Amino acid sequence: MQNNLSRNRGVAVASTGLLGVLKELYVNKALYMMLVPAVVLLFLFCYMPLFGLVLAFKEFNFEMGIFHSPWTKPVFNNFLFLFGSEYGIRAIRNTVLLNALFISVGLVFEVGFALIFNEINSKIFKKITQTLTFLPYFVSWIVVGVFTYNILTSDHAALNNFLSVLGLPKIDFITNASIWPIILVLINRWKLTGYGTIVYLATLSGIDSSYYEAAEIDGASRWQQIRFISLPLLRPTVIVLTLLAIGRIFNADFGMFFSVVGDAATLYSTTDVIDTFVYRSLRVSSDIGMASAAGFVQSVLSFVLVVLSNMAARKADKDSALF
Amino acid sequence: MTLKKISLLKVFCYAAALIFALFCLLPFIMVISGSLSQEADTLKYGYGLFPRNVSFMAYKVLFMTSDRIVNAYAISITVTVTGTIFGLLINTMAGYSLSRKSLKYKNIVSIYTLLTILFSGGMVPWYIVCVKYLHLSDKMIALIVPYLANAWYIFLMRNFMKTIPEELNESAKIDGAREVTIFFRIILPLSKPALATVGLFIALGYWNDWWLGLMLINDQDRQPLQMMLRIVVTNVEFIKSQMSNSAELQRIVNQIPSEGVKMAVSIVTIGPIIFLYPFVQRFFVKGIMVGAVKG
Repeated sequence: MQNNLSRNRGVAVASTGLLGVLKELYVNKALYMMLVPAVVLLFLFCYMPLFGLVLAFKEFNFEMGIFHSPWTKPVFNNFLFLFGSEYGIRAIRNTVLLNALFISVGLVFEVGFALIFNEINSKIFKKITQTLTFLPYFVSWIVVGVFTYNILTSDHAALNNFLSVLGLPKIDFITNASIWPIILVLINRWKLTGYGTIVYLATLSGIDSSYYEAAEIDGASRWQQIRFISLPLLRPTVIVLTLLAIGRIFNADFGMFFSVVGDAATLYSTTDVIDTFVYRSLRVSSDIGMASAAGFVQSVLSFVLVVLSNMAARKADKDSALF
Repeated sequence: MTLKKISLLKVFCYAAALIFALFCLLPFIMVISGSLSQEADTLKYGYGLFPRNVSFMAYKVLFMTSDRIVNAYAISITVTVTGTIFGLLINTMAGYSLSRKSLKYKNIVSIYTLLTILFSGGMVPWYIVCVKYLHLSDKMIALIVPYLANAWYIFLMRNFMKTIPEELNESAKIDGAREVTIFFRIILPLSKPALATVGLFIALGYWNDWWLGLMLINDQDRQPLQMMLRIVVTNVEFIKSQMSNSAELQRIVNQIPSEGVKMAVSIVTIGPIIFLYPFVQRFFVKGIMVGAVKG
């Protein structure tokens, strides 16, 4: 009897639950319909590839596809190859080291130039210099590749001409791998400094001017005002943006490496990153097992790091974390 | 003493800003100069800051003898225009729905959208899904569809539309307006600043994109402009091989300025951006300020 009762209640709850869902979908049908295209597209291009992560444990056969391709024996065979190859390890190491370099140098440049722009009183001068520094953000990496060709790597490269005019020896950029981390940092700063200063400038312009006025009355120099007012107030933004950048440390900027370094194999020792390694394994050598294993490692590490860095960012500043 | 310190700091700031701005501008000038230089000068003296003798030969060759560049231009324009219109529509509709408090399951969809930012399957599965399951290889839509829905833009639109008072909906509904009418007649006109910002980001993304061309298009005739630039730069002989073999053209082909052409193609590629940049810069600044940190 009691059993029956509870079963009935269960059915009732379930049907109001289902009915409730249907009713909500019906009442707001127009709003849900407006979500459909985005939901479907995100499913196709973001969720379906997630299923493809199992490929790291499979021997991919194009005809059989993601689901029907056989498992490798042993199941982590692709990873044995990845971690057994010095190139896979090298790519992971280069990715982390170069990104760490980009993040730290980027931080100095972006905060530094935000402070510098903030000190400039002439409106026209500020507008022109800011506009010019923001400009490189708008060109594609392919175009940046041509710029690099023009200045550094072509047989008629401008920098070497300049050096020889000064009587200095020419540098062979295409074979000199050790110099490339510096070149890549310079290119990265050239392209992204203007973009990076924008958020910091917004934070700076949001600082209450009465702080500076009070400091001035107390006799603080402009430098002291920067040191003891601007910098401390920039700190939360700096921490959050840096944490979020660290969350992406396993993801290299593929465009930069692909179009600036290209297929100059002599430079791979310092410039081959996970993304270029995966690309080559996939499209050039067709080693799908290796490519998907490296991609799998990258996806998992990235996910963990993004979540962790976000938690840390939220701790630092509740409003600025991603979620 | 204090006065001197202040002025020193100012001098440093002005100088640093000026030097860095010139550093950012320099490559553009070099490439423009390269595209206008006579080929013989480039081969003899290398690339420089200014052309020794101005020549428009590279541009002439580009537009008069090779219709592939014109064709790639047409592809890029088509992709950018359609992609921007549909991308804007899809992301705005989704953002609007998610901004409505009365929508019961908005949190589920928000989390569904957010997860796409956090977790990515990576290049290999993405490529296989596009090629094997969605059959996008060598199709024009392959250059558009993969980028249409974007979690960042959806959240940007949602956050903007949250600032539009919900009462506006209520009163329109009482007047008998349907959701679709409300969206197109009331919400969209009120969202013009956000639409401009997101629309410009989408357009820039499509114009500068080469990733989709690289991954999904094998036929060189169907590549967008950015990929065409890459092909021209990495393969010197490409432009030459494109020309018809009439005697007159053959004569030109033999004196083709390969170096100049590479530079000219890049100028042609960034031309529209440089031209529009002064007018649209402020929208990008606004978009970065609201979107950089927060999703």
